[in-house]
Amino acid sequence: MEIFDGHLLSFLIWAPVLVGALVLLTGKDRRAPAARWIALGGSVVTFLASACLWARFDRGTAQMQFVERGDWISRFHIEYYLGIDGISLPLILLTTVLTMVVVIAGWEVIRTRVAQYFAAFLIMEGLMIGVFCALDGILFYLFWEAMLIPMFLIIGVWGGPNRVYAAIKFFLYTLLGSLLMLVALLFLYNATGGSFDILAFHAFPLSNSVQTLIFLAFFAAFAVKVPMVPVHTWLPDAHVEAPTGGSVILAAITLKMGAYGFLRLAMPIAPDAAADLAWLVVTLSLVAVVYIALVALVQRDMKKLIAYSSISHMGFVTLGFFVFDAQAMEGAVVQMISHGFVSGAMFLCVGVLYDRLHSREIATYGGVIKVMPVFAFFMVFFAMANAGLPGTSGFVGEFLVILGTFSVSGFYATIAALTLIVGAAYTLWMVKRVVFGAIKNTEVEALSDLNRREFWMLSTMAAAVLLVGVWPAPLLEVMQSSVQHLLTHLAVTKL
Amino acid sequence: MQNLELVYLAIPLLCLAAAVGAGFLGSRIGRTHSHRVAIAGVGSAFVLSCWVAWDVFHGGYFNGPVYTWAVSGGIQFEIGFLIDPLSAVMMVIVTFVSLMVHIYTIGYMAEDPGYSRFFGYIALFTFAMLMLVMSNNFLQLFFGWEGVGLVSYLLIGFWYERESAVRANLKAFLVNRVGDFGFILGIAAVLSLFGTLDYAEVFKAAPSAKLEVFEGPWGVEWGAITVICLLLFVGAMGKSAQVPLHVWLPDSMEGPTPISALIHAATMVTAGIFLVARMSPLYEMSVAASSTVLIVGALTAFLMAFVAVVQTDIKRVVAYSTLSQLGYMTVALGVSAYSIAIFHLATHAFFKALLFLAAGSVIIAMHHEQDMRRMGGLRRVMPITYMTCLVGSLALAGIPPFAGFFSKDAIIEAVHHSSVPGAGFAYVSVLLGVILTAFYSFRLVFMAFHGPSRVDSHTREHLHESPWVVTLPLVLLAIPSVIAGFVLVGPVFDGSLLRDSVSALPVGEDGLALTAAGMLTHVPVSIPFWLAVLGIVLAWVFYSLKPDWPDMLAARFNRVYRVFLNKYGFDELYQKVFADGSRWLGEQLWQWGDRTVIDGWLVNGSAALVNKSSLLVRRLQSGFVYHYAFAMIIGLVGLMSWLFFA
Repeated sequence: MEIFDGHLLSFLIWAPVLVGALVLLTGKDRRAPAARWIALGGSVVTFLASACLWARFDRGTAQMQFVERGDWISRFHIEYYLGIDGISLPLILLTTVLTMVVVIAGWEVIRTRVAQYFAAFLIMEGLMIGVFCALDGILFYLFWEAMLIPMFLIIGVWGGPNRVYAAIKFFLYTLLGSLLMLVALLFLYNATGGSFDILAFHAFPLSNSVQTLIFLAFFAAFAVKVPMVPVHTWLPDAHVEAPTGGSVILAAITLKMGAYGFLRLAMPIAPDAAADLAWLVVTLSLVAVVYIALVALVQRDMKKLIAYSSISHMGFVTLGFFVFDAQAMEGAVVQMISHGFVSGAMFLCVGVLYDRLHSREIATYGGVIKVMPVFAFFMVFFAMANAGLPGTSGFVGEFLVILGTFSVSGFYATIAALTLIVGAAYTLWMVKRVVFGAIKNTEVEALSDLNRREFWMLSTMAAAVLLVGVWPAPLLEVMQSSVQHLLTHLAVTKL
Repeated sequence: MQNLELVYLAIPLLCLAAAVGAGFLGSRIGRTHSHRVAIAGVGSAFVLSCWVAWDVFHGGYFNGPVYTWAVSGGIQFEIGFLIDPLSAVMMVIVTFVSLMVHIYTIGYMAEDPGYSRFFGYIALFTFAMLMLVMSNNFLQLFFGWEGVGLVSYLLIGFWYERESAVRANLKAFLVNRVGDFGFILGIAAVLSLFGTLDYAEVFKAAPSAKLEVFEGPWGVEWGAITVICLLLFVGAMGKSAQVPLHVWLPDSMEGPTPISALIHAATMVTAGIFLVARMSPLYEMSVAASSTVLIVGALTAFLMAFVAVVQTDIKRVVAYSTLSQLGYMTVALGVSAYSIAIFHLATHAFFKALLFLAAGSVIIAMHHEQDMRRMGGLRRVMPITYMTCLVGSLALAGIPPFAGFFSKDAIIEAVHHSSVPGAGFAYVSVLLGVILTAFYSFRLVFMAFHGPSRVDSHTREHLHESPWVVTLPLVLLAIPSVIAGFVLVGPVFDGSLLRDSVSALPVGEDGLALTAAGMLTHVPVSIPFWLAVLGIVLAWVFYSLKPDWPDMLAARFNRVYRVFLNKYGFDELYQKVFADGSRWLGEQLWQWGDRTVIDGWLVNGSAALVNKSSLLVRRLQSGFVYHYAFAMIIGLVGLMSWLFFA
């Protein structure tokens, strides 16, 4: 078991990458079935490995677990240093579950360059897990940047008509932010006397002005990724052009990278600056909750609407982080997981419609429930989760963030709670126009309901959403010690 | 009687199982099995609820967790039950009315393609409503609260092909969400003040928190208890449709009639009343909150009664009447007469469900015609519907010895004796309401059932009394509409009905301790009674004796008439300000903020800047050797002179 535990994280990172390479080897589209099955097998094995991780995780400690540490580039003291705590664990599980779902979602929908498509997702999976595990600054940075490549290709190759603009916008936006993160990491390397150990960075004292600069550098990288207002405009474009699977991974996981970065790097390395600049982050988060929700209200394109809704929901996450309250922070992490499932499922729903009518316009549809009752059930269910209905995962995060925020500031909580109204408004108004009403045209009339593959893919997501909503205790239990540890760390000044 | 825990658990879960059975498996098990499953589930829940109630009235009590929902920030969030007289009364009402509506639905929805789906929804509703009333904490209360909201949304939009139905359900959900916005902040305030969401612990800690304050913006201090009460009341206003959050309830009539009876009259809309009654120990500590509750209730009671007077759609009359009666209950809450509010809630649940179902019976007979101007004379063809509707109307109008008389008179007495600020205004409002209530209820009776028939000839040939599955619930509901008041009034006033589950009645010097016998002997000198009689007489004059007078009056006082007909313009105002306003704002923010400023100037602007500067820089690389030579010479000269002089 020792050997097993000792390499589990490496397995989780490299197994999907290797399987991805294997999928690539199948080559031409005439061997597409092989590519599909290998990809599915790889994602299932990775999921099972992550389930082991969940089962064997010690919930009582905030220490890093499943640690792997070894020299990598010893000349620069760059290490191959992996480990997870209760914050990264649920995110890894989210990644493995969604990769499975995305492989299923692309099954017969993708007909060109099939092997490359599935390979891109598997490699992406490994790299994303790498980000959640890395405890060495350079390793983190490498995974972080390498992740851009498969996503760039996914949008640029299998995307919609305006894919090149969207892919380049996505790439440049995020690259620009992360370069500043690299500068900050290099600075810390020098300051600590030659180490990229992230946990050592946490403990290292820094003066106020240095903290501010470092925080802002990290902020640039992570705010783009989350994304926060006003650096969010890449997201709607990227989502609209990306294929369904790309949208799902983008919304469900890559956005979480930014939020995760705040917790792993920006906040613990520069706790005083984080406290000083909390007003800025909180303001931007609240702007996201209200401003973006209003923008979402008037979107004509379903994917754009969900993209804006994502930004609004991620505002809750950053709000929860920066009020420095246990409930709010736990709520924010739950919100990250929940949003992964809910927004992913919403994109899958849009994908189901898009596969049939090749339109994402709300105006194309109407009265879908009459011809696709099973689909309508799922769509309404996920819409309700998106609107934060109790009993779904969407409620848990929002509820805890509002509770935690209220104990800090009733004013912040009041603005945040507006999401109950506007969030429901944009989601259900879309549902009303797409799902309900009289059948809009003959094309809608000819629609066929979910096939078995689509049914199981949406059922998986629905089960996750319901489980977290009805019984979030296990999820909260996993993160409890780590969040508590982080808050204690943040409360101690580093000056 | 110990160990009823399993029974408590079984009551909501049976309904949930019924919902899953009828809803998900409905297409497989067929229509008959669907309704059997649903009725079996809800029926046994009713029987078990009666058992629980019997136990509770013999001293039974339970307060305990079922499972831990989550632990966060050191606080345990539990799902748990509180079984006391208040929840027992609510459980019996909810399951009884729900069972009646289930039976009725067999007849009413017989030809609807969504038959099993409908049973699934109403069983699910019963589950959510039971979770709401049985809760022992704010979290589960909110669960049930939103759960009933969801089912209400689904049921208002049940006939999803109708544009008006799907508009109405969106509106209902969003207006309720405005209430929930206050509600969730109220819950957050409770947690931040008391550190727990458990009712019992909150109430225990409340007296010592009396002087606590929340600091608002600009350093203004607010009494914490008052803030909590007001925020929770915003939630109650949403669900119980109090002015100005009442606009969704009339539109909810787009849903099938059985759910108008169950959800939008008897049970869900009374959740707000239940909430305030449940929170009575907190409201008792804040006169400001009580006074707000009182005034909102009084406004709702008489404003909505006026609107009911001019409606011609049979369901809308009953809907506005519901609004007005909810106002009465709220008034009772405002004057601290919590047990009387629950008393009126109970009697109202019976007679209003009865009235809705009777209206539904008329509607099926009329082939889905709801306009009372095209009815008339129906009493001859529909005697059972007529008799039961008459019972319901008499109860609603407050004529002794029907149920509504006792509960409504008790409210009016309580207001009369109250010293809460605003009680004078409320007293006038509720008295005015009495005459209006009697008037519109008998206007309905006379227009629909009396006089010459205005039914078109085609429909008239098919007019007949409804089948027994429809009339049986009417009769079963008519019984408590007659006797519930008489039976319950004693226990309400001597406190044996609700015991200490709500704060005790304020007993004045004149003594509010009413008895059935006392109230009945008091009738000849009771002002409300004579006002009610006056209302009925007026209705008789206007709609039976001189049927051309209403139109004359409407023409004469056209302006006033239009105000009522337009429901005071709330809908138009909200549509303009909130619906159109937020869309306009969203459009501006999107086009200006996102597209022009961020994307246009900053993002694409910087890309364009790079492009332009590279175009400029590119000119330097002209490819002509003499350009480069020239640049080199300049550079060399510059470098040398710098070295030389520095």
